Amino acid sequence: MVKLNNSTSATPVIQIQDLRFSYPDGQPALQGITFSAMPGEKIALVGPNGAGKSTLILHLNGILSGEGLLEICGRQLDHKNLSQVRARVGLVFQSPDDQLFSPTVFEDVAYGPIYQGLSPAEVQSRVEAALAAVHMEPYIHRNSHHLSIGEKKRIAIATVLSMEPEILVLDEPSAGLDPRARRQLIELLQELPQTMIIATHDLALVRDILPRTLLLDQGRVVADGPTDVILSNSALVAEHGLA
Amino acid sequence: MLLSPTPMHIPDGFLSVLVSIVLWIAAIGVITLAVRKLNQSLAEKDIPLMGVVAAAIFAGQMLNFTVVGGTSGHLLGAALATMLLGPWAAVIVMTTVVATQALIFQDGGLLALGGNIFNMAVIGVFVSYSVSQILRRFLGEDLKGILIRGFAAAWSSIFVASLAAALELALSGTSPANIAVPAMAGIHALIGLGEGAITLGALSFIYATRRDLLKIGPTHPTTSKGVILGGLGIAALLAILSPLASAYPDGLEWVAEQNGFLEAAQDSAYTIIPDYIFPGISNEAVATIAAGIAGVLIVAAISLVVARSQRQADPKV
Amino acid sequence: MSSAARLLDPYRAHSSLLHRLDARVKLALAVGFIFTTALIPPGGWPAFILLLTITTSGVLLSRLGLGYVLKRSLLALPFILSAVPLLFTSTGEAWISFPVPGTTAVISQAGVVRVTSIALKSWLSVQAAVLLAATTPIQDLLIALRSYHLPRLLAVTIALMWRYLFVMTDEALRLLRARTARSTRVPGQRAGGRLVWRARITGGMAGSLLLRSFERSEAIYHAMVSRGYDGEIRALPSAPLSATAIFATIASAFVLGGILMLGLLTGG
Repeated sequence: MVKLNNSTSATPVIQIQDLRFSYPDGQPALQGITFSAMPGEKIALVGPNGAGKSTLILHLNGILSGEGLLEICGRQLDHKNLSQVRARVGLVFQSPDDQLFSPTVFEDVAYGPIYQGLSPAEVQSRVEAALAAVHMEPYIHRNSHHLSIGEKKRIAIATVLSMEPEILVLDEPSAGLDPRARRQLIELLQELPQTMIIATHDLALVRDILPRTLLLDQGRVVADGPTDVILSNSALVAEHGLA
Repeated sequence: MLLSPTPMHIPDGFLSVLVSIVLWIAAIGVITLAVRKLNQSLAEKDIPLMGVVAAAIFAGQMLNFTVVGGTSGHLLGAALATMLLGPWAAVIVMTTVVATQALIFQDGGLLALGGNIFNMAVIGVFVSYSVSQILRRFLGEDLKGILIRGFAAAWSSIFVASLAAALELALSGTSPANIAVPAMAGIHALIGLGEGAITLGALSFIYATRRDLLKIGPTHPTTSKGVILGGLGIAALLAILSPLASAYPDGLEWVAEQNGFLEAAQDSAYTIIPDYIFPGISNEAVATIAAGIAGVLIVAAISLVVARSQRQADPKV
Repeated sequence: MSSAARLLDPYRAHSSLLHRLDARVKLALAVGFIFTTALIPPGGWPAFILLLTITTSGVLLSRLGLGYVLKRSLLALPFILSAVPLLFTSTGEAWISFPVPGTTAVISQAGVVRVTSIALKSWLSVQAAVLLAATTPIQDLLIALRSYHLPRLLAVTIALMWRYLFVMTDEALRLLRARTARSTRVPGQRAGGRLVWRARITGGMAGSLLLRSFERSEAIYHAMVSRGYDGEIRALPSAPLSATAIFATIASAFVLGGILMLGLLTGG
């Protein structure tokens, strides 16, 4: 087992080595992914459609499981510790409607802490803290269905923040947002302290707030390094359908 | 498994032919009535609505919650459909769901489909509607009133439908009434609680987001008295029959045996003919072996034919 | 990711005799087969064997593969539990008896015959249904049903439901995934929340699906109207039944009739 980051004293929060996965119908999705992430890193996951970005994301909290090494906070994911490891990885899906299924914002954001079995007082404080982090406190008793998509996205992030994860993973957060909502979202993401992995086609967002880029194509890591180096390599960008 | 059969979808082989046909006739009758009513009252734009709602209910039946250990609860959706679309459209929607489950996914039999439609799409809907409309008289139109009506409608729809299924199985001689009725009733009294709770959650969500969609408020005052009476009638009938059946299973056994006598009667008509045409057929062991041999030969022959035609189509194999 | 829901569709495209057979004939044959099976009295083993021969031949002719059909046909088996009491309650000579607290349980031969017959009938019927569904695209099935006078309203609803089924089941899957992602455990706490709460959350998800269906339906209606929708299911006019199809139907009717007679003679 080769350790990729051998210099720092902190341990990687995510460590993946040779991750392979094929869908039940035989379609290969991940063909040997290797990378690791240190605490606090902000990483972009880019690549053409079908590259395996969403598939990889679903591995990070164990919804899918493939072969190879996958450790979150130093622990290998297996079916026994799955729901515990999941508490550390907050997954924000692309469509906020999939995550908002309660009559009020409070209940949606409270789902995570309630499931964890926290006391009503703790649940209340978690919800308030999460909504404060996304600047949506006044909406606490509103129904999320009536909000704009930008507001829904922020509530969706709050539903995950209330679990106090160490890692945030977001799938196409800026998709479908108008310029103002997009700007607000980018500012919000910059404020959040968690380790962040963001799958996106929005290269401007990547350049703006994500110092490291992982370029995926056909289930493999094609490039992994500083964002400005990778995105200014026009040959790479063209070959892998980024622009 | 996403589409595991629920205890309510009866497969083929468990209902007698007589019971199946009677239920088919009843189901077709109600469906025809529903179609007639809807053709009069339905706006054209509501037609795609029924299809998509059916899809939502079908998909909604995949949603589950853990009850205990490995068991999970699911939704049937008859009460929800009724509260969103009214009784006649709900009959069509639930028939669509149940029929597709049988035809395409083999969840429930094809001959038994009449019975399954009658239980889930007719009884389920009618009882939901009756309970909801009757309770409306005593409860307010606020959220609490709606939730209570929804829970009661959902629970009743499941419970009464299960009584019907149990009696149908007993009348078919598949399951003795004194076991089937308490068993089905007991299990579904619990499952009904799940249906009620899920319906509560759905109604809360819809009330908070699109209150106008709930066809149970004062904006939709037209009630279908016929459906209420029908629902009440069925529920009352089953409520009376079920304990009777449990207490006097012999009664139903007698009915089932009449079925058997019918078949036996057909049997005796043929005892004169066989030895002319099928000598030796009255010896069952011989007949079984002969059938077995014939079967193997036929299957082998077909395999050869299929293999050969495949090779002809694909000479490289 | 929609491939997850696609796997639900049982239709398997091949070019086989069964696939090419007219849907109207297949529907009639499947129903006729199930009807015949239902009429066979318990214990009609020779008839059951021949019926099994028919389904096995069908599986071979359809190129579906025995494994595929076997897997799908075993779905209905758990329901046999409802018939298990028959083992004990059927009148007839005793076969197996064993002590049970308070009394002796007696399994009669007649009971075993009845329960086994029910299980066989069920299994045979499901295979016929699988053969029908796996070799016939739904559009053809609907046209066949319409030709048997299925009400237009019902046919249209089924067609639209099918069109949106995979979209909605996809959404249901995504809702489930999103919930799973937030269903987490912390050491030292009992996780899961209360049962009623879990049921209500599930209800909220169902409500979300229903809401989306309402909001979709208006858009669907506009799209259809602008393409000339008038409410009828159409395809190219059905060709009249070919001579082969008619022959197949009549021949099958005779075969099933013969098996039924065999069953009536040897069963009961």
